[in-house]
Amino acid sequence: MSQVGMDTVVESAAPEAGEPSAQILGRSPWELFWRRFRSDRVALVALAFIVFLVLIAIAAPVIADHVNHHGPNQLNTDLTTAIGLPAVGPSKAYWFGVDTVGRDVFVRTMYGARTSLLVAFIATGLSVVLGTILGTLAGFFGGWVDTVVSRVIDIVLSLPILLLAIGIAAACSITAKGCFGGLIQPGISLVVAIIALFSWPYIGRIVRGQVLSLREKEFVEAARAQGFTSAGIMFREILPNLAAPIIVYTTLIVPSNIIFEASLSFLGVGIPPTTPSWGRMISDAANGQLYTAAWWMLLAPGIALVLTTLAFNLVGDGLRDALDPRMGG
Amino acid sequence: MGRYLIRRMLFFVLVLFVVSVVTFIIFVKLPSVDPAIRAAGRHPSPRLLATIRHKFGLDRPLYVQYWNFAKGLIPLPGLFLNKEVYFSYQNHVPVSEDIYSRLPVTITLTVGAAIIWLLIGIPIGVVSAIKPRTAIDRAGMIFALFGVSAPVFWLALLALYIFWFKLGIAPSSGIPPGESIWVSILKGRFVLPWFTLALSTAAFYSRMVRGNLMEAMSEDYIRTARAKGLSERRVIFKHGLRSALTPVVTMFGMDVAFLLGGAVVTETVFQLPGIGQYAWTAITVNDFPPIMGVTVLGALFIVVANLLVDIVYAFLDPRVRYA
Repeated sequence: MSQVGMDTVVESAAPEAGEPSAQILGRSPWELFWRRFRSDRVALVALAFIVFLVLIAIAAPVIADHVNHHGPNQLNTDLTTAIGLPAVGPSKAYWFGVDTVGRDVFVRTMYGARTSLLVAFIATGLSVVLGTILGTLAGFFGGWVDTVVSRVIDIVLSLPILLLAIGIAAACSITAKGCFGGLIQPGISLVVAIIALFSWPYIGRIVRGQVLSLREKEFVEAARAQGFTSAGIMFREILPNLAAPIIVYTTLIVPSNIIFEASLSFLGVGIPPTTPSWGRMISDAANGQLYTAAWWMLLAPGIALVLTTLAFNLVGDGLRDALDPRMGG
Repeated sequence: MGRYLIRRMLFFVLVLFVVSVVTFIIFVKLPSVDPAIRAAGRHPSPRLLATIRHKFGLDRPLYVQYWNFAKGLIPLPGLFLNKEVYFSYQNHVPVSEDIYSRLPVTITLTVGAAIIWLLIGIPIGVVSAIKPRTAIDRAGMIFALFGVSAPVFWLALLALYIFWFKLGIAPSSGIPPGESIWVSILKGRFVLPWFTLALSTAAFYSRMVRGNLMEAMSEDYIRTARAKGLSERRVIFKHGLRSALTPVVTMFGMDVAFLLGGAVVTETVFQLPGIGQYAWTAITVNDFPPIMGVTVLGALFIVVANLLVDIVYAFLDPRVRYA
């Protein structure tokens, strides 16, 4: 565990971490981390892919407008056969072919990146905030706070998550009003809420474990002796030390949340049909075994999905190795 | 051990209670659709609606409705999935009948896949761990990363496209109505579902076994075992693997329980008439009791597995003492 928190404590005594001499350089934990991460080629390529994907997601309308001139929901019924099969495979005008109603699969795959990343990032962000707060409180205060939080985590992790998620999604999507008195509307916000609700316990459990060992460390004792309040210790001493595990597990939860969203959309209870989503596109391809007639409908969103989750997993593994080589993996 | 078991049983009851409240809210109170209207068909008269509401207990106070629902979680005959509440408005059949007739499909899928993922996942993890940074290790870990990253439903469709549609060596998805489960197994209808489901789970196992075994092999007792002059094979299989596999037991128990409660995605994509597909088909027509019943059964599987896994753990890991 790299102790970033030490810097804040020692700062007043030693302003800089030693004079750089010829042989021995004083390196901060973050410098060490960056040097290790930089040498991990696979993780760097994966990171580059993620950046590329984010850019595509942001620029999707512009690219679609300039390259193919097609919108994501633009119907071209003249591109389908009489019985409603897509007639155009991958070609110059339609790079990844068209689907059953003549929509451009390439454009929809790009827009799908938007949906996937947006949902996964927001849901993961929410679960990290919730998991960190509850995990820190549980680990720091112990006692009944810990008992309550730990039991809640145990219980959420022993629920049939997918069935409940499907149930909530379906129950809240029957009418446009949504549920909980209109607090949760059908659509993207509902999917985000469901995923966040079921993924914070993973972060919460890890954070709690880390805080349990951190609170016994000398620098926490020193801060207490200096008269810091509990809140002060948690924010200024504990939280900076949690950065490494939180970053690693956040990167590893993003891909599972991407698959979670895709699964819900595949089952038809996730993202509404008009919003392009990889899971929904794959379910379109599965519908009536269409993929046997139009394999491109299956291939494009599927490969996009696999590459994206693979990239996040690779970056997560790389971060873990770089931030703490002893953490295993 | 006695006190521990009592504590575990209390947790068991607590989880079931929470599950009952959560599922009651989600499946009974959240849907803004009136089940009576669904059951009554088109253009019902107000009197018919009132009769149906009365029959399903929808006119009773909330706590009575909750209690009738919660009784269905108590694993005793007559109470478990009782017909009064767990009744499909769409099919006009008690949910328990449908579930019990579909359970064999889900069990067949889960057990077959579980055997395959252990046979794939553990050896890959072991070989990767004892030959780190070799070509075999890299190949194994690439397989594992791919398996972790690819969603089951896409792998399933890809497998169907290649092995059924293109090569014609696997049967198409689905089980014809009336065909017995043994005939389906013999006709190979489960082969693609088994392997697809096993592949993604095996990936997690091989990563976990590799990490655990590498850690175990650097422990002092392994050095002692080597110093005693044991063969490397004995050191790995007798001493290293034992501690490396203990956490796998936990994971295995939970994974099997989760899947027995309905492998929704796999069953849906392969059109296997198990309880996961049952829950999903019901939900697409806003019929909530079936998914409610499947969820209750699934929660029970998970809670029981949790308990079993903890007890097995005590036998496997000599350091674990329950007080």
